[in-house]
Amino acid sequence: MSDPVKSPYIGRALKRVEDPRLVKGLATYTDDLRLPGLLHVCFLRSPHAHARVDRIDTSAARTLPGVVAVLTGADVNEHCGIVPCAAEIPDLKSPRHTVLAGDRVYFVGHPVAVAIAADPYVARDAIDAIEVDYDPLPVVVDPEEAIKAGAPLTHPDLGTNIAFTHHVTGGTDIDDAFRRADKIVKERMVHQRLTPMPIEPRAVVASYHRGDGTLTIWSSTQVPHLVRTLLPGMIAIAENKLRIVAPEVGGGFGAKLQVYAEEALCGHLAMRLGAPVKWIESRRENAAATIHGRDQIGEYEVAVKNDGTILGLKARTVADLGSYCQLLTPAIPTLTGLVLTGCYRIPAIKVDLVGVYTNKMATDAYRGAGRPEATYLIERLMDIVAREVGIDRVELRSKHFPAVADFPFQTACGVTYDSGNYQGTLAKARQLADWDQLVVQRANARAAGRLSGIGMSTYVEICAMGPSKAMPAGGWEWGCVRIEISGKVTAITGVSPHGQGQETSLAQIVADRLGVLIDDVVVLHGDTGVAHYGRDTYGSRGTALGGSALVMCIDKIVAKATTLVAHLLGVTADRVVFADGRFSAPGVERRLSWAELAGEAFIAKNLPPGLEPGLEASSFFEPANFTFPFGTHIVAVDVDRETGKVTINKYVAVDDCGIRINPLLIEGQVQGGIAHSLGQVLFERTVYDENGQLLTGEFMDYAIARAGDIPDYIMGSTVTPSPVNPLGVKGVGEAGTIGATPAIANAVIDALQPLGVRHLDLPLTPERVWRAIQQHSPVAV
Amino acid sequence: MISVRLRVNGSEHRRDIEPRLLLVHFLREVCGLTGTHVGCETGICGACTVLVDGSAVKACTLLAAQADGAEITTIEGLATNGHLHPMQDGFWERHGLQCGFCTPGMIMSGVQLLARNAKPTRAEIADAIRGNLCRCTGYTHIIDAIEYAAGRPATGGAR
Amino acid sequence: MYPAPFEYHRPATLDETIALLVQHGDEAKLLAGGHSLIPAMKLRLAVPRFIVDIGRVADLSYIRERGDGFAIGAMTTHYAVESSRMLRERCPLLPETAAHIGDVQVRNRGTIGGSLAHADPASDWPAAILALDAELEIAGPKGRRTVRAEAFFVDLLQTALASDEVLCEIRVPASSRSVAYEKTEQKASGFALAGVAVVVGNLGEVRVGITGVGPKAYRANAVESALRGQAAPTAEAIARAARHAANGVDALGDIHATPEFRVHLAEINTQRALTRAFNAR
Repeated sequence: MSDPVKSPYIGRALKRVEDPRLVKGLATYTDDLRLPGLLHVCFLRSPHAHARVDRIDTSAARTLPGVVAVLTGADVNEHCGIVPCAAEIPDLKSPRHTVLAGDRVYFVGHPVAVAIAADPYVARDAIDAIEVDYDPLPVVVDPEEAIKAGAPLTHPDLGTNIAFTHHVTGGTDIDDAFRRADKIVKERMVHQRLTPMPIEPRAVVASYHRGDGTLTIWSSTQVPHLVRTLLPGMIAIAENKLRIVAPEVGGGFGAKLQVYAEEALCGHLAMRLGAPVKWIESRRENAAATIHGRDQIGEYEVAVKNDGTILGLKARTVADLGSYCQLLTPAIPTLTGLVLTGCYRIPAIKVDLVGVYTNKMATDAYRGAGRPEATYLIERLMDIVAREVGIDRVELRSKHFPAVADFPFQTACGVTYDSGNYQGTLAKARQLADWDQLVVQRANARAAGRLSGIGMSTYVEICAMGPSKAMPAGGWEWGCVRIEISGKVTAITGVSPHGQGQETSLAQIVADRLGVLIDDVVVLHGDTGVAHYGRDTYGSRGTALGGSALVMCIDKIVAKATTLVAHLLGVTADRVVFADGRFSAPGVERRLSWAELAGEAFIAKNLPPGLEPGLEASSFFEPANFTFPFGTHIVAVDVDRETGKVTINKYVAVDDCGIRINPLLIEGQVQGGIAHSLGQVLFERTVYDENGQLLTGEFMDYAIARAGDIPDYIMGSTVTPSPVNPLGVKGVGEAGTIGATPAIANAVIDALQPLGVRHLDLPLTPERVWRAIQQHSPVAV
Repeated sequence: MISVRLRVNGSEHRRDIEPRLLLVHFLREVCGLTGTHVGCETGICGACTVLVDGSAVKACTLLAAQADGAEITTIEGLATNGHLHPMQDGFWERHGLQCGFCTPGMIMSGVQLLARNAKPTRAEIADAIRGNLCRCTGYTHIIDAIEYAAGRPATGGAR
Repeated sequence: MYPAPFEYHRPATLDETIALLVQHGDEAKLLAGGHSLIPAMKLRLAVPRFIVDIGRVADLSYIRERGDGFAIGAMTTHYAVESSRMLRERCPLLPETAAHIGDVQVRNRGTIGGSLAHADPASDWPAAILALDAELEIAGPKGRRTVRAEAFFVDLLQTALASDEVLCEIRVPASSRSVAYEKTEQKASGFALAGVAVVVGNLGEVRVGITGVGPKAYRANAVESALRGQAAPTAEAIARAARHAANGVDALGDIHATPEFRVHLAEINTQRALTRAFNAR
């Protein structure tokens, strides 16, 4: 057994505390839970995108041996309320989305009935025995068609497919900016719908204790606290009789930042049937009835002078929300407007956004949640504008960067970036990429007739969600730190990691601040019975906000300990010194460890007057602002003329997430995010046909990246601390995805640029690329 | 009902089962070994990968009946006497996992690879885990982990 | 995720197998490696009442020399073919093709016979056995018969097998190294959008088998004719011949590739496979 690793821990690439149980297969995911008398739940889901439900006959299904119940909307909807939407959108029109369909289904996958049986195989058999008479209704799937008069209505009773409109102007006078421009550069871009596809689909176990009337729900969720807050509004359980547990969660990416119908229904079933119930989502259900991401169509206009100075930016956007609102559905496209101007001084902006209903699954937050769309559009526009105006792409970006001294930097979008050094990451990325050499290689390749391109993105994103004034239900984070009698440390956080490694990174922070061995720190999370408060994990907030809350706790504990030490050592508090995990005073021999202090504090025989026993503190950290991580990605690609296949020859990522707690974890987050971008750029797309049938319902048809798709990375970082929290941390969970998509896309389009291609929508599949080459080539290849 | 006898991680399990019971459900429900995970139903994601008579297979795409009489190794059977298998060690050392859901299947595929090719190139590793999807890591650290395992014997999990 | 109930049989011999198929007819499905059937059953696209598991039937898994070629038992796994040193030396198209199938786990269980009998229009084996002009031996209640590869693939997911017959053996000639399999994958499933297998014989005669493009795999006769008599064709000749790759084929179209793109990929991959095969002479 080697020596224990000692402080300092912050900044070190420590192995994760989480890993031993995970690599041994001894971790508990929701489907691993075993409860006596557990029943299994299976859903019957609509095969139609839009239909009236005329009749449901469950009689045959109910007679199958082992089937406990088969229920429909008529049986459960009055007990389960409406799936909540917490987005604060004025004048939002939205359907009342019940947990099972009522007399109408409006997307493929809409749950219609539920079977409960002692065995999951039998529950599935019961589904086959249910008869439903559907009367198909007109379907609308194209959001631009859906806006037009006379389009089929997703919800006839709403009278329109338009859910909301959102208009923002910011900065200086936009009309004046466009009048003064030498050129107006326009482009239309489609941000295709994506399917998050965590490897663990959703899962719920619910158990009701009839004795004390308490309900426990285990769910593969990112947001146990939000679920606990919102479920009482749906099912008949008081908040303080409800416990939500996120066991190990197999990936979220925003898809599990939700309150889902299935969670409410399982809670209701546990109470109704008097037995614990389990629902395990199939992959097909996950593809059809777990939220989708992105899906915006934008018409963008840039007002620019001949010297490349950008005067203003307009965005007219249609957001395809799907057929109803989940938790944040209409809010997500509004986030795009917050970082529309990217890293650049663009003095005037105008956003006109329409949110539209179509007969598809609801969209909502998916890794980046509205900000990847912003970074993609502005970084594509920079390349397009540079070409139109005849300025180098790097120079155009660089000339619009704010200087380091300009931060905090207020943008025309109405947000204030905390800190930034865009020149810094750009310079470092160019150096790591050997930019000049890349340009030479591209020239040589082109001379040899090859299609070769270089792309970049200089990105900034908004995360560490966020100041409560700007959040729908509180953006603070809660923590508790307790020194146990033994001197061991328990840290409890209200964030809910599902792969991000906060059991390790938060322990690094706590151990450093307390001066204890990291092996003596345990971080608890994910159980509302243990972490009483929290705002959970999404928006890259875990370390920045969760860590800051723990720092506040430790500050309080050190202050309390100082008072106690002064009393024990017989000195005034101002003479107490805390260093390396020990308290002392000059001239006094005795030094006190945390274990000794905890003993004093709990046994409490010798406390100063007015000092409570115990050595624990809890805190709410309220951030003054969001944080703004940033970076530069540079990508070099070759494109095969004959097949349209894209090969990445070089990938450089320089990211600045502020103070770096654990470089190994940061690298993992960035690489994981880039893999999502590779998918978005090259092969991912959620496809519904004209009848609203989902054609990408399994991994057979929806491709996510495999190991062979990943290039070798050259990775670097700069460190620009955030002034917004005591740790200086910005967050990194989404930055890779946000920065990578435009860098890769820009590289491919740069490769096609000599053929006259100006823009191509994603995904840049081989066929799409090949067709672009065909259309722009004098002779077919 | 049919009678099957499977030897899993060295222990014998005899049961009468419905013939349609998938091997992955036999392992998870009958044997109580929940380390093998289910991530899809079209046999693509590989989260259910185990070794059957030394060959990596997707346990969701086998009937337990097809594995009657076979020797099966699951993730729970890799560590010996509390010491991590070198592949498990590699994943820990090199941060080859984040949420951990794909990890048992990924580790079993890594074990299969090194049994057939002791010194694989990174490209060979990537090809060997084609049948294992990960949505968290972006794979680079997974390849690092398997390379690490190929280079080092078990060290007992020291930090 | 959960197959519907069925009755399960595990015969020990081919005769028992055939008897079960005769008894149950269309209600029975053979279970070989299961990697086409079981996913279909889990989605309940296939709901057979009887499953006949031939995983333990004696003597169906082998790779043997036969005459101046090889005989491969129908239950031989893709991995066994991929890793056969004998085949790598003397019929290298087969191991090369096997390496493209699915992934390691699929290749450890999936069988060449099971795959051929299922005849997915985008699976890899049909291209290779067409290019090798293989013979397939089929056993049924009336005894054994042999079918040439070209006659084996009848239509979409339809082969020459009757419901009471079992594919037992695939016989291929030995070949030189002048072979190639060029495949463009459907990115999600790994099946072929266009997979082209080429065998160049000792006298320069060419056979081309193409999968993924049409409702069934086919011999690209027009390509073969265009190169007839050319023992060492130029690059231009190969390119010209390759343009016939999808002549007369009703190309498939779906969200992964339009018919035009499949046709184009067939031509490109034919050109690349021919080039590689001729270069290896």
